Amino acid sequence: MTNVIVFFSDDRSARGLAGAAAKLGGDTRAIRIDGYQIEETLAALAEACRGAEVVLLANDAYSQELAPRLAHRLGGACAGDGSGVQRVDGRIRVTRQVYGGKAEAVLELKRSPAVVWLRARSFDAGVLPDTVEVLASHDSAASSGTRIVERHVSETATTKLEDANVIVAGGRGIGGPEGFREELQPLAELLGAQLAASRAACDAGWVPPTWQVGQTGKKVAPQLYLAIAITGASQHMAGISEAKTIAAINIDPDAPIFRHARFGVVDDYRKVVPLLRQKLAKP
Amino acid sequence: MNILVCMKQILDPEVPARDFRIDPVQKEAEPGSASLVTNIFCENALETALQLKERTGGATITALSFGPESAEETLRKALAMKADSAALVLDDGRLARHPLNVARVLAAAIRRLGTFELILTGREAGDWGAGQTGALLAEELGIPYVAFADALETSGAQLRIRRQTEAGFERIEARLPLVVTITNDEHNVPRIPKVRDVMMAHRQTLTRFELAELHVAGDDYYEVVDLAVPKKETRCEFVDVEELARRIAEITAAL
Repeated sequence: MTNVIVFFSDDRSARGLAGAAAKLGGDTRAIRIDGYQIEETLAALAEACRGAEVVLLANDAYSQELAPRLAHRLGGACAGDGSGVQRVDGRIRVTRQVYGGKAEAVLELKRSPAVVWLRARSFDAGVLPDTVEVLASHDSAASSGTRIVERHVSETATTKLEDANVIVAGGRGIGGPEGFREELQPLAELLGAQLAASRAACDAGWVPPTWQVGQTGKKVAPQLYLAIAITGASQHMAGISEAKTIAAINIDPDAPIFRHARFGVVDDYRKVVPLLRQKLAKP
Repeated sequence: MNILVCMKQILDPEVPARDFRIDPVQKEAEPGSASLVTNIFCENALETALQLKERTGGATITALSFGPESAEETLRKALAMKADSAALVLDDGRLARHPLNVARVLAAAIRRLGTFELILTGREAGDWGAGQTGALLAEELGIPYVAFADALETSGAQLRIRRQTEAGFERIEARLPLVVTITNDEHNVPRIPKVRDVMMAHRQTLTRFELAELHVAGDDYYEVVDLAVPKKETRCEFVDVEELARRIAEITAAL
């Protein structure tokens, strides 16, 4: 019974995976990947994971890119975006949100190994094995067909949204980039909060795609999520299901966001936010 | 260049939670009053293909769907957006609809349709959101794979890909053939077809395959053992700005 956890540079994810593996029982090996190149890393990882019964990865882009193909190469099965994983009668079951977070499904994997990518940061942290194997891919000639030639880290992503205690998020109702810049950003600074956005605001090009929170985007778990001019489409709500408290400001009293919010203000954010800043700035 | 775009018809993901029901026996969502729509990421993929064609010229775009009769609507819309041709594999319900079977069906249909240098899928679908079909399709076809792309351009025999990561973006150079999954971005918002093109699309002939004629052996992968709607609606307390400020300050003071 061997679990293998596979991770990149994110230690919190790695410890979340270790925690999930510990609950499954059995031995756990840990592999850290250095210098990711899609085809080389996949081939090397498939070799390294032979004989494993469970392979756990986090829900970053590289892990999601690798996991289904890794399962295919090992003759296993894959499930992703898991919020839970357990062993039932020798089979691996994965709990995950479906239908944009409106329902929750439990999938039983019918082949071995079970390759599962998890919302690793929301798992209780475990302890990594004493020895972490390092799998480095060599930047050899482009014989494999694809080559990552540039990696850009956007400045706004330097502090992880996933780690934020307080998030100020804006949606379509913000109306443009200036609303984010002139209203939301000063509020976020006042609160020591990270800024985020709904898909609509990212698609409109008002803010970078790295700000997107939702089913397809970041999954966040802050103590406070302040949703401003966000309707609360289920695809967005799926990304904030683990927020402790949701507060909302929306001009529409029937906006779905109010069905998830603990408290809310019904009014134009252009009136509410300046006033809110004033109240919060007072000693 | 021959480009193939896989497209899935799904239950409208924006059906409000209060109208959403599940069938506990079939372990599927009940269609109810929800309309059927094309998965948004599949439309982002088609839009990306159309822009690539407009820039390079000489490309042809084929839309492919595996689904029930109603999936024809998804393909008609793809034609109206100006895909060159479309093919439907009619789902007779005899194969479990997990991502491995879907990838095998798509791979079999692609082999019958011809040779494609570039195959695009959406990053995931708004119903089950497995996020695996593109990756498994690449394995079934035995070609490389890139996920989460939002822009493509050709440069000689190579494809230059911009793709999103948590931290920002990456540029990838790739040789063809290749499978790429597409995510949303401000530049690939699907175009609205012209009324005239919608009418024209209804006169075009679709290639149709019966599932049986593709000889796809179904396999085990995963099984849905439970599907439930979590009960966790919160009661929202409506407050004024002063009270909102007080509550926020309370939370942030405790951090």
